[in-house]
Amino acid sequence: MTEFSDHEETAYEALSLDADDPRWAFGTGFSDPLAGIDTSVPENVDAADLTAYCLMLGDDALVLSHRLQQWITRLPELEEEAAVANVALDLLGQARLLLSRAAAAEGSGRSEDDYAYRREQHEFLNVRLVERADADFAEMVTRLLIFSAFRLAVLQRLRDSRDPVLAAIAAKATNEVTYHRDYAAGWVVRLGDGTEGSHDRMVAALDAVWPYVDELFRTGDVERRLTGVAVDPGEVRNEVETVLEQVFSEAGLKRPDVPPAALVSGRAGREGVHTEALSYILAELQSVARSHPGAEW
Amino acid sequence: MSIDQAYPAEVGHGAVPMADAAAAGPVRADWPLWEVFLRGKRGLNHVHVGSLHAADAEMALRHARDVYTRRNEGVSIWVVPTAAITASSPDEKDPFFAPSGDKVYRHPTFYDIPDSVPHM
Repeated sequence: MTEFSDHEETAYEALSLDADDPRWAFGTGFSDPLAGIDTSVPENVDAADLTAYCLMLGDDALVLSHRLQQWITRLPELEEEAAVANVALDLLGQARLLLSRAAAAEGSGRSEDDYAYRREQHEFLNVRLVERADADFAEMVTRLLIFSAFRLAVLQRLRDSRDPVLAAIAAKATNEVTYHRDYAAGWVVRLGDGTEGSHDRMVAALDAVWPYVDELFRTGDVERRLTGVAVDPGEVRNEVETVLEQVFSEAGLKRPDVPPAALVSGRAGREGVHTEALSYILAELQSVARSHPGAEW
Repeated sequence: MSIDQAYPAEVGHGAVPMADAAAAGPVRADWPLWEVFLRGKRGLNHVHVGSLHAADAEMALRHARDVYTRRNEGVSIWVVPTAAITASSPDEKDPFFAPSGDKVYRHPTFYDIPDSVPHM
């Protein structure tokens, strides 16, 4: 304790966890979610499948995080800047854990950075929903609502995965994504049930995003083979649609009547087939790493 | 209708046509101000940490979470409309506070506080 605190309590000290360490006003108190967890591949699990599954969930988070980061300095209020930045950072953190898990499962010596910065577009396994550039704030919150509702349903089941690493990542991420869904739902209701103008924009946003919803629930070969380790996305469809219906009815919105985006020879994001939008994201995301190979910062 | 009437500047964030808007109550240029109080993990009371803008109490709570608890600071948040706070005025400082300056007998310094009495 400093001399100062003998006669005057400061606001920071009242909040402090670690008053002995003056560098941290509020204490650190952070925990490593994967500390002490064995990263070997569980028995009877195909390492390549586990790698691919971790990349799917990791790429979803990485690409959407990038799209959300593009909103920073463009939002209408300082407080919304902090909110969206927090969501983007949460997703980036999840991406790092999942890509690291993929690297450990693959065992080829690749790192999270190799996956993020040195893969080609067709090697990314994210769903196409996360790729689109947002036309406006309404699209940003609409996509975040749909994505978070889907991801939360998956993560809640993934907490019981036979892979202890995936289970631990899911347990940590569940709290984060619960808040993301809550944040996005709050705005969807506010704007859908707001003025005529905000309602019209919400309707347009839903129409724009909805074609990519169907793809979320396609069960691929990887998930089918990883019984007990991965979550079958087809299983969460009812739950996700119920959640969305609830928010829509509160917001005075209707589920759009638009056809799903076409598959390409029966393939979509999970099989490495993407929209043009992903190439712009990767060009930006990978430009520094590609122009300075091997650089560290 | 003139341009000025259709697009009043006070709406802020760019001109918005107001002629057909169904406004419930007066339109404000900005969200109102809220004061934020946090209780830390080891703290006993809520402590004022700052202020923010929000449209209503629910949004203020979320904004407070996003702006003031990013570094693991709190386990409980209060938000209070700034307009609801009545503050003492700097002009009244002397009559308010000076009289207690020489009343040493008001301080409980003449006896020992037992170790088992916390938070004194």
